[in-house]
Parts: sequence; C-alpha cells; structure tokens
Amino acid sequence: MTQTALRPTAPASATEVVDAAAVAPVAEKRRQTSGVRIGDLLTLVGALIGSLALTSFLATQLVPIHGFLAFFVVAYAVFVGIYSLLVWLDEPGPVVLDRVVAILVQSGAFLLVIALASVLIYTVIKGASAVWHPNFYTQDLTVTGSKDPLTTGGVMHAIVGTLTQISIALLVTIPLGVTTALFLSEVPGPFSRFVRTIVEAMTALPSIVAGLFILATLILMLGFDKSGLAAGLAITVMMLPIMIRAADVVFRLVPGTLKEASLGLGASQFKTVMNVVLPTSRSGLMTAIILATARGIGETSPVLLTAGYTASLNKNPFSGPMVSLPLVVFQLVKSPEPTMVARGFGTAVVLMVLVLILFVLARVVGAQDVAKKAARKKRRAALRARLSSLHLSIPGRHRSTPDA
Amino acid sequence: MTSLPLNDATGAVVVDQPRKLRQTRETPDKIFRGVTTGSGVIVLAIMTFVGLFLAIRATQALKKAGFSFLTTQSWDTNNFNFGIAAVLTGTILIALVAICVAVPLSTATALYITEYAPARMRKVFISVIDLMAAIPSVVYGLWGFFFLQAKVAPVSAWIAQHFGWIPIFSVKGVNSDTPISSYTLFTSSTLIAGLVVGMMITPVVTSIMREVFSQVPVGEREGALGLGATKWGVIKSVVLPFGKGGMIGGTMLGLGRALGETIAVYMIISPVFTIQPHILQSGAISVSSLIALQFQEANHFGLSALMAAGLALFLMTLVINFCASSVVARSRSGASS
Repeated sequence: MTQTALRPTAPASATEVVDAAAVAPVAEKRRQTSGVRIGDLLTLVGALIGSLALTSFLATQLVPIHGFLAFFVVAYAVFVGIYSLLVWLDEPGPVVLDRVVAILVQSGAFLLVIALASVLIYTVIKGASAVWHPNFYTQDLTVTGSKDPLTTGGVMHAIVGTLTQISIALLVTIPLGVTTALFLSEVPGPFSRFVRTIVEAMTALPSIVAGLFILATLILMLGFDKSGLAAGLAITVMMLPIMIRAADVVFRLVPGTLKEASLGLGASQFKTVMNVVLPTSRSGLMTAIILATARGIGETSPVLLTAGYTASLNKNPFSGPMVSLPLVVFQLVKSPEPTMVARGFGTAVVLMVLVLILFVLARVVGAQDVAKKAARKKRRAALRARLSSLHLSIPGRHRSTPDA
Repeated sequence: MTSLPLNDATGAVVVDQPRKLRQTRETPDKIFRGVTTGSGVIVLAIMTFVGLFLAIRATQALKKAGFSFLTTQSWDTNNFNFGIAAVLTGTILIALVAICVAVPLSTATALYITEYAPARMRKVFISVIDLMAAIPSVVYGLWGFFFLQAKVAPVSAWIAQHFGWIPIFSVKGVNSDTPISSYTLFTSSTLIAGLVVGMMITPVVTSIMREVFSQVPVGEREGALGLGATKWGVIKSVVLPFGKGGMIGGTMLGLGRALGETIAVYMIISPVFTIQPHILQSGAISVSSLIALQFQEANHFGLSALMAAGLALFLMTLVINFCASSVVARSRSGASS
C-alpha cells in the first residue's frame, strides 16, 4: 500500500456541530482498497446501452409506458438485470453480488442527490422571474391585486416578520438552551439524566403541536392576540430541544483534563465554566445556534396557527397578525393566478437563500477550531515571508500587514 | 473507579471503599447550579405543559365523543360526529410510504458516503445532505405539488392498471382493459404525499446512519477483508450488524418526523374523511393537515376536538421517539452518541 493511498477517516463525531480537533485523535486510518479495471467500465457501459435499447423496445412495441419516470424505472430494472448477467459471465458468485450491491448503493446515492437537486433547481427556476424585481424586497402585498404584474408588491412584510419572530425565538432559546445544556453536562445526576430524556423526546414534537400548545395557552387562556410574539414562542418550543441537544454534545466534548486542570488550580465550578468550558466550545456553540435558527426559520405550521396571515407590513410583534416567509409561500401558491404563484416561488427562493447563508455561516464558524487556526496562521506567515522577499518589487508596500 | 484489593494484617482481603467527600460550594457555584437547574426545570415544565394543556383543552371534546373518538371516521364537530380513525390511518399510511422511500435511499446514501465515495466526494456529499436537512418543508411541498405530482401520476396509473389486483394498488374506476383518460384519479394521493415526506426525512435519516457507519471499528473491517470478504461481504458482516441499532433508531426518528409533517402533506392531499387504504387513489388525510385545515373555521368545541387530535399525534410521536432512543442506547453503535 503506497503512502498516497492512505486517507483519513471521517471524524467520529456525534453530530455535525462537533469540532473534529476537540475529539481525541483518530487512532486508526482506513485504507482505500478499491481499484477500477477497464473491463468493469466496459461492462457498465454495455449494460447501460443494452438496458436503454431494450426498454425503448419494450416501451414502444410491447407495453405502452407513460411518462419519463416510468421509463426510467423500467430502464433501471433492466439495467441491473443485464449488468448482473454480464458480470456473472466471467466472475464468481460473491463478486457478482458485490458488483450488483455496489451499483445499487451508488445509484441510490445519486438518485437522492438528483432528487434533492431537482427540489432546489425547480424552485429557483420557478421563482427566478419574481426575485429580480427590486420591489420584491421593498414592498408588501397590501395594494397588490391577484392579477397585478410582478413589478408591484413584494414580501418585505414576510422578511421583517421572519426576522422578528426568529429574534424573539433566539432571545429565549439562547440563554435557556445554553444554561440547560450546561446543566446536563456540568451537573450530572439522576435529575439531569431525566431532563436529557425529556429533551430528546421534545425533538420529536410535531411542529403543529407546538403551534397548538401556544394557541391553547397564550391565545386562548391568557387572551393574547394572534401575534408575532406568539409565533416566536411557538418557534422557540421547536428550536429549544435542537439547540439543547447540540450544545450538550459540544459541552461534553470539552476535554476533561482541561476542566480538571482548572478545578485543580482551585477555580470554582462557575469560573471553570466561564473560563474553560464556554471559550473552548465557542465555535461549536455558535454552530448549534445557527443550525437551530435555520430550522426555526423554516417552520410554517406553528406560525400559521399562532400569527395568522396578513398582506401588510406589521412591525409590532405584540399585536396583530405577522407573517413569516414560509407562511407567505404557503398562502401565495394556493392562488390560481400564475403571478401570485411566481411570487410564492420567489419567496421560497428568498427563504432558501436565508437558510443557505446561515448554513454556510455555521460551517465557517464551526471550522474555526484551534488546529485549523494554527494552520491558517502558519500559512499566513509563510505568505508574508514570501511577500517580504518580493518586498522591493511591490511599489508602495513598505511593511507587511500586522497579524490579525 | 477500580479499587485495589489489599491484604490487611490478618491476611483477609479488604476492598478499598470510596470515602465520602465533604465539599462546601461557594456562592457563585451555588448560583450557577441554581440557575442551570432552574433552566432544566423550565424546559421540563414546557414539555409537561405541552401535554398537560393539550389534554385540558381536549377534555371537552373527548368527554362528548367518548370511545367513539377512536373509531369514528368523519370529522363533523357541529353534529358531534367526529373521530380520528381515518386521520390516524392516513397519517400512518403516509408515514409508512415515506419510510419505504427514505430507508433504502438513506441506507444507500450512507453506505455510499462511508464505503464507496472517494475521500473528496465524501465531504461534498455530507455537506449537501446536511444542507438538505435544513431546507424548509414548505419548499419540499412546493416541489411535490407543482413538479412531482404530474410526474408520478402516470406511474400510479400504470401500476393501478397492471397491478390493480393487489388490494392497496387498486383504484376505483380503473381496470386493466380501459385506457386511462386523465390522471386526476391519481394526483393528491397518499403515495405522492408519502414520497414528498420521504424526501424530507431522507437527509435526517441519512445523517444518523452515516454517523453510525463511520464509527465501525477499522480492525473489524480489515479483519473481514483479510479473510477474503468482498466489499459487500464487509458491509453485510461488519458494517450493517454494527450499525443496526443506529439504523433502527434513525428510521424511527424519521418516522416520528414523518408522522408530524404538516405543510407538505397539506399542500398535496385532497382531504377525505374515510379510511383510504388505496394509496394510489387521490384523497388522503393526516392529523396535522386536519388541524391546519380546520382550525380557522373551528368554533370553541371544534378547537377542543382538534386539540384532542393533536394530543393523539403528540402521544404517538412520543412513544415512537422513546422506542427509537432506547433502541439506539442499547445497541453497540449507539453508545457514543
């Protein structure tokens, strides 16, 4: 096995928010064992061509097949059959099974990616006509009739509503979630184990039930209006368990030796948490918050139940209906008018871009662990050294930039 | 803590007992413990309140309906003739279709990521799958309603025409001789709703399975390879047995999600309040879509009935989730998560 064939395993992390470097170093590496032969490729191509030909014959001559999807399904079944036959001609039994499973697994994975990509691409294509108009971001839908062109009206009210509601949710979720996660990891005992079980059960709470809960308590019992506040609290109920679980995992990854060193030097538990646990897990915690936010932003049904629909801009979260982006999408696409549907798709694009931004942010923040920071510093130093050797050739550059 | 056996003066073995440590905590520590415990209690209270308030609100309707709440199919709260027999069946059928879609796809994808993909592709795949888990359900609903429905209807029609003799595939008004005039019989069906929900839960299930598969001990893998196993041999004899608990747990978590999904189902189905076992036929219903559909027109009593339906859904997802976490906790691969 050559050195180039070595590759690291995926980090044995519990969730995506885990910093790889915070985990104990990976002891063993997995080796790449596969190789591709030209004959295998030829078998594959042959089976592909054969299946297409046979399915076309079937579809046009024997059994009429309606639609592309049906054709695809039949072609795939035929392909797997032909391929296993071809492999069987010159390989022993276990190898045939191995090849067929490989084909099934790989096509399954690519089918998923294609399907998921089609979700994104379809939405973007259908929404593209709406999102280019600047009024889409600066107006609400108050004066817009259902047949008005895309140059009037927009979803400003929904953007404002989403941001307001998510802010309310974050105001509650971050302090409550972080302290609860600290409770789970720093104050172990039967009671915290019980709370952890309950939090795990809470992640399964259907979003509509969260909405019903806020509807039952805040609106029906305490007599509040349907408002942005109610929607924010309903989203909080959804976000809390995600946040707590992620933060709990992050806190438990703080090396015990660090905490013990702090305690051994005579620091109190509070000081240890403030000066060791929280700083060590800062990036993981940020990632947990961002991922919970991304989930909270997409919730439709709690908002539907607790905030109501409105076409106008409402900046006051305490009274009156306040929509969010997913709810606007949901309402607009119910309209029979194509321009309204286009607006709905446009809103979905805005929502997805928001989620994407949060996601990329989470990745960037989550990647900021100590090892990577050190590597970056080293790279920067090397770059600076090279620049300073070029120093004279760059006019106007008299000293290297100070290290951030 | 391991204790060392010691021999005392008489030669008998005594085991070192752990001593009780007395510790006095300082004020900041007491406050810290108090605040964090308080947060734990608040979270616990929220969860309890969800169940409690739903139950309180639901009592009115449950008292009125009694046992027939579980057996009635229609939802006519004005005439006190309502029950969750149809909606619960619909919910479970949609979730089952979703699971049938999601589990093979997730297993294939998770195996691909951990076993087959080149190292560089692996990271890309993981990012894409994780991103997809964050895509709002309303987007999947849009895709299902405007894109998938038209694509799946011909396939449904074909299946109904040729496999209609299997009871769940039969559709009223279709037999294998008559050509199908329109596809309206096949849109808004349990199958299409289930497909969309399946697409939604696949990323979640995939990431759980991937975590588990990536923790398979390298030694066992290489042991199997050293004994001459093919890649599939390694998967069958090492990876899948090791990951079984995580696979079951992940599937059940996905099932919990699928049962509670609202918006995508609401957008696709056309509601019917009868038990609809024919998954290809247009018309289906689920608890959450019932709530979203009815709560605006509901009077005080109707709302109470909806709360009762919500309570049933809540209890069902709770049970499934508890089963899932206990399965995961007991399995070998679940120990680290």
